[in-house]
Amino acid sequence: MSASAARDDGRPVGGTPLVRLKHLSPSPAVEIWAKLEWLNPTGSVKDRVAEAMVEEARSTGLLGPGTRLVEPSSGNTGIALARIARREGLDLTVLVPDNVSNERLDLLRAWGANVVLTPGEEGTNGSISRATDLAAEGGHLMLFQYGNPANPWAHETGTGPEILGSLDRVDAFVAGLGSGGTLMGVGKALRQVHPSAQIVAAEPPVGETVAGLRSLDDGYIPPVFNPTAIDARILVRTEDAVAMTRRLLSEEGLFAGVSSGAAAHAAARWAQRLDEGVVVTVFPDSGAKYLSSRLWSGTLDEAVRRLGTQLYF
Amino acid sequence: MKATVRVPTVLRPHTGGAAVVEAEGVTLGALLTDLGERHPGITERILDPGGGLHRFVNVFVGDEDVRYLEGLDTPISEGTEVSILPAVAGG
Repeated sequence: MSASAARDDGRPVGGTPLVRLKHLSPSPAVEIWAKLEWLNPTGSVKDRVAEAMVEEARSTGLLGPGTRLVEPSSGNTGIALARIARREGLDLTVLVPDNVSNERLDLLRAWGANVVLTPGEEGTNGSISRATDLAAEGGHLMLFQYGNPANPWAHETGTGPEILGSLDRVDAFVAGLGSGGTLMGVGKALRQVHPSAQIVAAEPPVGETVAGLRSLDDGYIPPVFNPTAIDARILVRTEDAVAMTRRLLSEEGLFAGVSSGAAAHAAARWAQRLDEGVVVTVFPDSGAKYLSSRLWSGTLDEAVRRLGTQLYF
Repeated sequence: MKATVRVPTVLRPHTGGAAVVEAEGVTLGALLTDLGERHPGITERILDPGGGLHRFVNVFVGDEDVRYLEGLDTPISEGTEVSILPAVAGG
């Protein structure tokens, strides 16, 4: 159990299992391991980030009794913050694109967050710009996962060392690119022990369908993400992510979410290039938040169509 | 070399609304020049004034970001899929 595992509400953050994906390996000499982050308190990797950001803000005096929080999120960070806000009696407003799964919106509301929907066609960029406007008006604290060093720090001191404690060898680390926190933090921790480890981003093709940008100048690179700290960026099509999500269930017995499927697809692609070695990835959330999309029913085409333009990372 | 180019929504006004178009070139740079001749104005949106890739655009040849390959010198093989994506965040 990691140092951050013990919490006053008795619910552990981190210390998640690392499992080997035997059926995805191209050969017995190439191992693929996945960290099951859905076993955190609110079912995603973001519990690590939310705890770290709140703790940092508390220690520097930014956050205290009566603080009103505002945060842009595609769902999971908002849900993780909502748990802490409820525990500590804080008010939380989450700006979230309206094309995330209903499960994410329902969970945010169940945890007591104020939910403000932003146009799905703008993706998370729209949520970020509106949350930034709200924070600028005063009266709210925006912890801002996209720019908060506590985000990668949570991974550098938590997720990364947990992986190092379980595996003697790491040749590549593959993770989805959302805020960039996982890639930056885990990458930094792993490289200190395995300097030649390749850090690989899995990119979902969401930008292709974002219709609310007026021009490419409205694009967004999270400040925590340093593109020079990664070695490759793999594009994962939605159909490949969904196909792999289904494969994880049928072959590996893992009820994973679509972002996990995307990460697994990229990890398997990277593993194909290796003659031997160890590839590690992170599964951000489980299939529970995608049940209404019925990803596991009917043909792959039907499942991809049902997922439609839903934001899943 | 002929490639298919996937165009994001934000650039589709230049392609008459088409999401997938064709272009030719032995390198990505040559392909983008050809793309601009077929669809005037599009290349200026993808490249910055200095001729490099725009900061907020990610270009994938096959499934790999060209920034981690050879940039605009990345070779294009026949039938390759080139994807242009604006930078967006998740989380």
